[in-house]
Amino acid sequence: MGQITLQDVQKSFGPVHIIKGANLDISDGSFVVFVGPSGCGKTTLLRLIAGLEDVTGGSILIDGKNVVDVPPAKRGLSMVFQSYALYPHMSVRGNIAFGLKMAGLPKAEINRKVEAAAATLNLTPYLDRKPRELSGGQRQRVAIGRAIVREPKAFLFDEPLSNLDAALRVQMRLEVTRLQKQLATTAIYVTHDQVEAMTMADKIVVLNAGRIEQYGTPLELYEKPANLFVAGFIGSPKMNFVNGAAAAKYGAATIGVRPEHLRIARDGEGWPGKIAVAEHLGSDTFLYVDAGALGTLTARHVGELDLSAGDDIVLSPDPSRIHRFDKDGNALRS
Amino acid sequence: MARMATNRRVAISTVGAWLAGFLIFFPILWMVLTSFKTELEAFAIPPSFLFFHWTTENYATVQERSDYIHHALNSIIIAGGSTLIALLIAIPAAWSMAFSPTKRTKDVLLWMLSTKMMPPVGVLVPIYLIWRDFGLLDSLTGLVIILCLGNLPIVIWMLFTYFKEIPKDILEAARMDGATIGRELIYVLTPMAIPGLASTLLLNLILAWNEAFWTLNLSTLNAAPLTVFIASYSSPEGLFWAKLSAASTLAIAPILVLGWFSQRQLVRGLTFGAVK
Repeated sequence: MGQITLQDVQKSFGPVHIIKGANLDISDGSFVVFVGPSGCGKTTLLRLIAGLEDVTGGSILIDGKNVVDVPPAKRGLSMVFQSYALYPHMSVRGNIAFGLKMAGLPKAEINRKVEAAAATLNLTPYLDRKPRELSGGQRQRVAIGRAIVREPKAFLFDEPLSNLDAALRVQMRLEVTRLQKQLATTAIYVTHDQVEAMTMADKIVVLNAGRIEQYGTPLELYEKPANLFVAGFIGSPKMNFVNGAAAAKYGAATIGVRPEHLRIARDGEGWPGKIAVAEHLGSDTFLYVDAGALGTLTARHVGELDLSAGDDIVLSPDPSRIHRFDKDGNALRS
Repeated sequence: MARMATNRRVAISTVGAWLAGFLIFFPILWMVLTSFKTELEAFAIPPSFLFFHWTTENYATVQERSDYIHHALNSIIIAGGSTLIALLIAIPAAWSMAFSPTKRTKDVLLWMLSTKMMPPVGVLVPIYLIWRDFGLLDSLTGLVIILCLGNLPIVIWMLFTYFKEIPKDILEAARMDGATIGRELIYVLTPMAIPGLASTLLLNLILAWNEAFWTLNLSTLNAAPLTVFIASYSSPEGLFWAKLSAASTLAIAPILVLGWFSQRQLVRGLTFGAVK
């Protein structure tokens, strides 16, 4: 079991409020990603759950039991660090076995579990090597092995893939997701990469300046962002925002249209503009369009489009895909 | 042209470095040479550098007149004991200051260091009286305690700098893995800090071995280490340069050998943290 509930969790360092009252319900077996810009408090929130930091207020419940006064080791969680944090003087075997050794398990059982974990992660040939003799991806696997071997109630991942190169990151992303589904253990994963968040999560928590802006499935966040921040943060390229008369026409202070929901035409009704930059990726075409008073708009077209910088075009938003926001930036629902 | 100029510069600095090295080493060399002279030649003006009558009789006399082994053993016990106890106290102290610092940690560190700025003679009388009342005068225990206390600030400072270099994440990982603070110290921190611990241990051994002020003042015979053994050769009856040199050579020999074999460790230890 790994049900985690946060009730008005707060954290301050001196006069600085890092977490300003977080409420969250993470159901057993789900994969939840904390995402947000740097300094939004996502790592702090994870460390509060881990017990590496003490809460200033509120409670953290694991399977219904308040753990704010329970030391990290007794919370039944395990953590994968951004820096891997392997023990440099121990072999891969020693690293994976350390937690079990601390728990006082018999040697034979430790060996059996370590070997099973190593087999799951393709680490068997490296069991006797030291961390410095491994590649980045292998080190990451050892860190994950150390986490799974203890059969925790939940895994905590603190930006575990950010030190890997792009190709390896995609591969490890798949491996982590697959492993989590296979083990059916609750996972909380911190990242600043919204693509990682969208692809891995069952549910995403978007954090900004110590506040939870929205908690929902990736598609909920994409289709019904609660406010301007979430709308701008989720989705790549970023959502276009338009103010003024064009927004007032839809009865909103600001409207948002995702680049993929702008129809591109040579002429007709809509927002006229001139292409400033055209990016041809083959699979997609991205147009950065100078639309006069509306500012620069980004449009995305799936497939190739025979347009280049300097061309005059007209962009028309898909009326069913327009996001409307009031003057405080909160979404207006019709 | 440019290369020739560089070569010449390298040659000049090489000669300069050797010269400086020789100058620094010269007193020790002179001491060793003097120890093989007769008392008469040791006083001779102008002194003879290498062409004198080589003799080992000073060493024989020294061993005969005073028990070298007794003093050397005391030195080993005092230097070793005070170093080990200092490390046992300093490891947890440095750990707490490096990994859970408070607002006052820097002040505490500076305050500890400031005790080393005070001349020891300033507290000689109170320490002497305390040691007398506790029956610690001329005892190994007494010397181990005073040298341990005297070097503790430096040991804590050195370990603090080493521990600072160890990523906090690794200790947190150990904590998540269920290690108590004690086990975290034993299984994770100490093995990782071995290079730092080794150089701290070596430096402290050397400091304690050479310490003369407290050993001379708080011991006479039973607990007297090699410093007292050397000092006994500069007596009111007159200076015996050759015998004094022989005694000094014997006294520094063990630590010199130790230093020679561990010089890489020492240099690494002293420059640790300066460059990553």
